[in-house]
Amino acid sequence: MATAVEHHDVAGRAIDPRDVVLRVSGLRKRYGDLDVVRGLSFAIRRGDCFGLLGPNGAGKTTTLRCCLGLIDPDGGEIEMVGEPVPKAAREARIRVGVVPQMDNLDPDFTVRENLLIYGGYFGLPRPVLEERIPQLLDFAGLAGKRDAGIRTLSGGMKRRLTLARALVNDPELLILDEPTTGLDPQARHLIWDGLRHLMSLGKTILLTTHFMDEAERLATRLAVIDRGVLIASDTPRALLAQHVEPEVIEVYGDEAKAWADIHGRRLAKRLEVAGETAFCYALDAQPMLTDLATRAGVRYLHRPANLEDLFIKLTGRELRD
Amino acid sequence: MTATAKLLAPPILSVRFVPVWRRNLLVWRKLAIASVLGNIADPLLYMLALGYGIGALVGEVGGMSYVAFIGTGMVCQSAMFTASFEAMYSAFSRMHVQRTWEGIINAPIALDDVVLAEWLWCGSKAVISTTAILAVIVALGYGHTWLALWVLPVGLLVGLTFGAAGLVMNALAPNYDFFTYFFTLVLTPMLLFSGVYFPVDQMPAWLATAAGFLPLKHAIDLTRPLMLGRVPDAIALHVGVLLFYAALAYYVALVLTRRRLLK
Repeated sequence: MATAVEHHDVAGRAIDPRDVVLRVSGLRKRYGDLDVVRGLSFAIRRGDCFGLLGPNGAGKTTTLRCCLGLIDPDGGEIEMVGEPVPKAAREARIRVGVVPQMDNLDPDFTVRENLLIYGGYFGLPRPVLEERIPQLLDFAGLAGKRDAGIRTLSGGMKRRLTLARALVNDPELLILDEPTTGLDPQARHLIWDGLRHLMSLGKTILLTTHFMDEAERLATRLAVIDRGVLIASDTPRALLAQHVEPEVIEVYGDEAKAWADIHGRRLAKRLEVAGETAFCYALDAQPMLTDLATRAGVRYLHRPANLEDLFIKLTGRELRD
Repeated sequence: MTATAKLLAPPILSVRFVPVWRRNLLVWRKLAIASVLGNIADPLLYMLALGYGIGALVGEVGGMSYVAFIGTGMVCQSAMFTASFEAMYSAFSRMHVQRTWEGIINAPIALDDVVLAEWLWCGSKAVISTTAILAVIVALGYGHTWLALWVLPVGLLVGLTFGAAGLVMNALAPNYDFFTYFFTLVLTPMLLFSGVYFPVDQMPAWLATAAGFLPLKHAIDLTRPLMLGRVPDAIALHVGVLLFYAALAYYVALVLTRRRLLK
């Protein structure tokens, strides 16, 4: 197989191709007149938790569907767990686990049967599954729900079972498409704990999300995509250091805009107004804090910059639907 | 391969369909008794009510009692309805509502395998319901010889034909209401003009000729003699027509399902 593109990590070190679990080069996909993915390239190394971030319509799900071989790209190359996709997509999927965006557990079966039946799709023999299923149920915290019907499970339990189901073939790569959308905070934390546990076992994870706190907590590497192209890729820390000022003050309320126009723009390195809130970015927030302390009618919050600031800076504030 | 060529590519037939077919069997097993009772009850009620009620008025039809006549029609009707319901309502639930197919094709199973499994499952369900209704007819004394067992493969052919046609509808359906078209435009005329309730030759010549294009008519032409203990005439023609419709509809269903889900 031709290795047309040599990949480098951010520090310029060449990545050993054997260490790459998923390699996407120059991926293109067009629907009618709309270019959904326009020359996207990234590589995921073994053991990474790779966060693919982007606003709605950025091309995240299309990229995942191309990687799984469910749709054919119009251009570019994909190699997943060493197999060329879409040519050997089925062979690749034998060693990949998928947590889809929307639950598709089998409502006609119990919790245990869902794992058993799904394992059957991988051609796994029954004894192997019988041995694996108790461990998976423990991992998902569903040992007590073994024989419960799917309809009796809460949203969080369903997600945990979907995650356990994606592990039934002991995959080399786990792909999660917005795994915690629609979950309450407790349920999200349980999923995150599960994913961290998998990372500690050395599993490679590809995660799409538009929750920045999720990416912040889990991802060892991030790629921000928008309108089908990669706009930044690095470790979360390096991305923040490179693109966003370290301190943020959010100023709220009726007075916010007036304050921002008169004082904020002078004191902040960068300032954005969105609705009733002024976001003030600075290397040092102290001069702004001193000023704000003297303004009685102005409410504000001082915090360190996070991935949300990065995301907004890179992809803009306008709505995407 | 261009996108269109890939869409129109011939079916990939692989034993990978087995776990998907088996999944449907395991679900059916959970509700098997209710399902079989449903398979029997409806045709049995028709057979008894129309058979004895109208039978008293018309006497013998086509060389057999009207009960026996309508009983053989009911075998084919039951296979047709069972497969159609499975391919439309049940498959649509699995494909669209529960997203079961989506889960399956994330595993190393191709969409072609799923469609093949669903199609063969429709045929299997038709065989199950044919078996059930045949058992009742035999118990009532209307299955004359072992030749009656050949009705089971006829039931399979009917199931594959209407299962495939139902899967075409499934691939096009935006919602469950869409399937009403199939009942009104396909299944109802099929029932009325294929000779389920009265012999086709009772109709005007042009209508009888037109009925020759209906797959259910050919299934009935096979089933009636078999139930009377006779070898049917023109077996190759009848089987050929059923196979033609089944294969054509299966291919169309596959292409339309690919178009719907692999994009």
